[in-house]
Amino acid sequence: MSDHEYAPKSKFGKWFNDRLPLLTLASHLTDYPTPKNLNYWWTFGGILTFCLITQIVTGLTLAMHYIAHVDMAFESVEHIMRDVNYGWLIRYIHANGASMFFLAVYIHIFRSLFYGSYKSPREIIWIIGIIIYLLMMAAAFMGYVLPWGQMSFWGATVITNLFSAIPLVGEGIVNWLWGGYSVDNPTLTRFFTLHYLLPFLILGLVVLHIWALHVPGNNNPVGIDVKKPSKDTVPFHPYIVIKDAFALLMFMIIFAFFVFYSPNILGHADNYIEANPMVTPAHIVPEWYLLPFYAILRSVPDKLLGVIAMLSAILILAALPWLDTSKIRSAVFRPLYKQFYWILVVDVLVLGYVGAMPAEGLYLLIARVATAYYFIHFLIILPVLGFKEKTIPLPLNITEPVLGGMPMASAVKKKESLN
Amino acid sequence: MKNIFKITYLIALILIGATQVNAAEKVDFLKTDWSFKGLFGKFDRGSLQRGYQVYKEVCASCHSMKYLSYRNLFEPGGPEFTEEQAKAIAASFEVNDGPNNDGEMFIRPAKLSDKFVMPFENIKAAQAANGGAYPPDMSVLAKARTGGVDYIYSLLLGYEDAPSGVTLDDGVYYNKYMYGNNIKMAEPLSDGLVEYSDGTTASKEQMAKDVTTFLMWAAEPHLESRHKMGFKAILYLIILTILVYFSMKKIWSRIESEV
Amino acid sequence: MSEKKPERREFLFTASYAVGAVGVGAVVWPLVDQMNPDASVKALASTEVDVSSVKLGKTITVLWRGKPVFIKRRTPEEIAEARAVKLEDLKDPQKDEDRAKNPEWLVMVGVCTHLGCVPLNDKGDYNGWFCPCHGSHYDTSGRIRKGPAPTNMEVPKYEFVNSNTIKIG
Repeated sequence: MSDHEYAPKSKFGKWFNDRLPLLTLASHLTDYPTPKNLNYWWTFGGILTFCLITQIVTGLTLAMHYIAHVDMAFESVEHIMRDVNYGWLIRYIHANGASMFFLAVYIHIFRSLFYGSYKSPREIIWIIGIIIYLLMMAAAFMGYVLPWGQMSFWGATVITNLFSAIPLVGEGIVNWLWGGYSVDNPTLTRFFTLHYLLPFLILGLVVLHIWALHVPGNNNPVGIDVKKPSKDTVPFHPYIVIKDAFALLMFMIIFAFFVFYSPNILGHADNYIEANPMVTPAHIVPEWYLLPFYAILRSVPDKLLGVIAMLSAILILAALPWLDTSKIRSAVFRPLYKQFYWILVVDVLVLGYVGAMPAEGLYLLIARVATAYYFIHFLIILPVLGFKEKTIPLPLNITEPVLGGMPMASAVKKKESLN
Repeated sequence: MKNIFKITYLIALILIGATQVNAAEKVDFLKTDWSFKGLFGKFDRGSLQRGYQVYKEVCASCHSMKYLSYRNLFEPGGPEFTEEQAKAIAASFEVNDGPNNDGEMFIRPAKLSDKFVMPFENIKAAQAANGGAYPPDMSVLAKARTGGVDYIYSLLLGYEDAPSGVTLDDGVYYNKYMYGNNIKMAEPLSDGLVEYSDGTTASKEQMAKDVTTFLMWAAEPHLESRHKMGFKAILYLIILTILVYFSMKKIWSRIESEV
Repeated sequence: MSEKKPERREFLFTASYAVGAVGVGAVVWPLVDQMNPDASVKALASTEVDVSSVKLGKTITVLWRGKPVFIKRRTPEEIAEARAVKLEDLKDPQKDEDRAKNPEWLVMVGVCTHLGCVPLNDKGDYNGWFCPCHGSHYDTSGRIRKGPAPTNMEVPKYEFVNSNTIKIG
């Protein structure tokens, strides 16, 4: 942030800025030197900010009509859908927004994995990101409980029961979470409170995430350090702003399609049946974005170990900057890592698929193999690869054309051929 | 540019995959043309009005619809009875009201603002009257079953004699499309069961289609405005995307020409 | 070519901004409108009131749309007093004949037009109502005579269903 000193032009601006340097901050944000070779995978930071704000705004408005009581929650959601002006629109944006949010966050995470954005000096950004991801899962889970449908109730029952795996105090903890001996009104009201709170915690962490990003600056597809500001960077505004806006609009088109034409397709039909503590639905599955972890949980035959495996699958990500011993960031220059990267992507997709299937026979076997591979990838392959892999020599700067083809380089070529 | 299409394609793929996992079990339902599907899908008013008649004469003796109000019957996007017709329909039901000035509850004809009167006081009463099975509330039924309207339509027409080797308890019927094939509801429809006032022949299929259309509207009363608004919103987004795309090209051309 | 370029650029940017702004507006409206009275509130039924037990000179208060409604059975003296007032003496000129179609019955929303308190019956300098919050005086027709309130108390839409029943709304 010390790259240049900002001096407001007007007298009042100077007076204000000396007392609260908002103008310096704004100037820092607009001039923030960004590597000019960022591709569209880098637009998901902006898209995620949009998702968070959308969820907060629609969530606040829904909270004006929602009633957190077991006798009225389901009815109040129907009231929102039927009677509140544009209530159906706001609720469908909120419900589908959760899916879109997770979709974007997964792309964001896998972009980071591909280009090594978690490596020094960006470990803190990465770890804050993992915490945000954890809080997102908690918020999404508790939000899913609020409509008080069958999936809400049984999802809440199953997930809170995970804590009963803890030896000795498990049951006490579960009763404490429930505020009773089963999921009931006290559970609903506290979930509503926390569901309301978490997005603001996430918002705070997002500020830290961006702050931590602005210290070393963005990584880029080539993965080498960029001097800033220099010929290799462009100011954030307007170059990155307009690019993010374009990508965001493409994202919004897909989002709108779901909201207006298939608003319930990502949800589960059983959640339109009011919660009934006497009957469990025939198939109970979490929302699609939690399926890979659900598969890991079910692949371990022991209750406690299953819970530990599931939590480790997420927490292991926090150790990633140290598990990956390679000094090269971008997978573009790591031919072997690139292959393992794609195997991991397929592995996670497979986990997601078997997570939705019944845990028996072949599915269970596949789940176990995929779970084992998930951990092998992070605990064995990544550390070893750093020492063994023969990497491709790095270019001197980001504009030098390299193997693997950067979008910017190809754009230049195309332009030349047109002329 | 290629890159963003790849990303868009990937997003669409993941989401489609995500929609598929929910429908883990695939059943082949009976197909019929629903007027409300598709980008411009709208309800067929005649079908909705007939569907209400089927609901009222056939289903309503057991199935409640507690989230609907009589006013919904004339509101735009629904069966669109006239306000007078809706008032008359409401007035043919009786609701408990009170207490009055003497502290007594009393019975009065229903008004437009009243919710649909339920056939039973509560779930327990409904179970007691129906051999222990609760006839589900129909307000959101079309959204509360995997397969939605296709499932309901198929179920209504899916009654069969039990295959040999399957024995059914008393008061249990065999239905091809019911989960587990055992259903406690006797076959509700038969040809000519109701007499449509608009002259439509009340075949079993026709009634099933009409009442299912009615249930879809009941579950999703704003479907028509959703479709209408969706088309406008997406068209708008596409126009803005194109504008922003060319703006982006302009802005970035300052940089690319230097390289 | 080079001359035309900046023109097109400007048009593009202006168009993008303008179209974007329209979109923001279109998004804001549902978020604002969701706070307006919803369909179930708007449909709330009218209230029917049995007034057979109201004695001459007495007022009953009933709830309609969450607000108190005064129904007063006026004495001949009160009616005469209300009708004798000259229009030019009134802050919000309105004939008593227009406010009470059946002179014996005065039906009005019992909310002070100043800041929404409920005025007290048979109080004030004009034998009508008096608002304790900021001292507005109303006459026997519910018209503002003294104090900060700007207008007369509102007469809602009502009708006599039969001689004993008033339907408000």
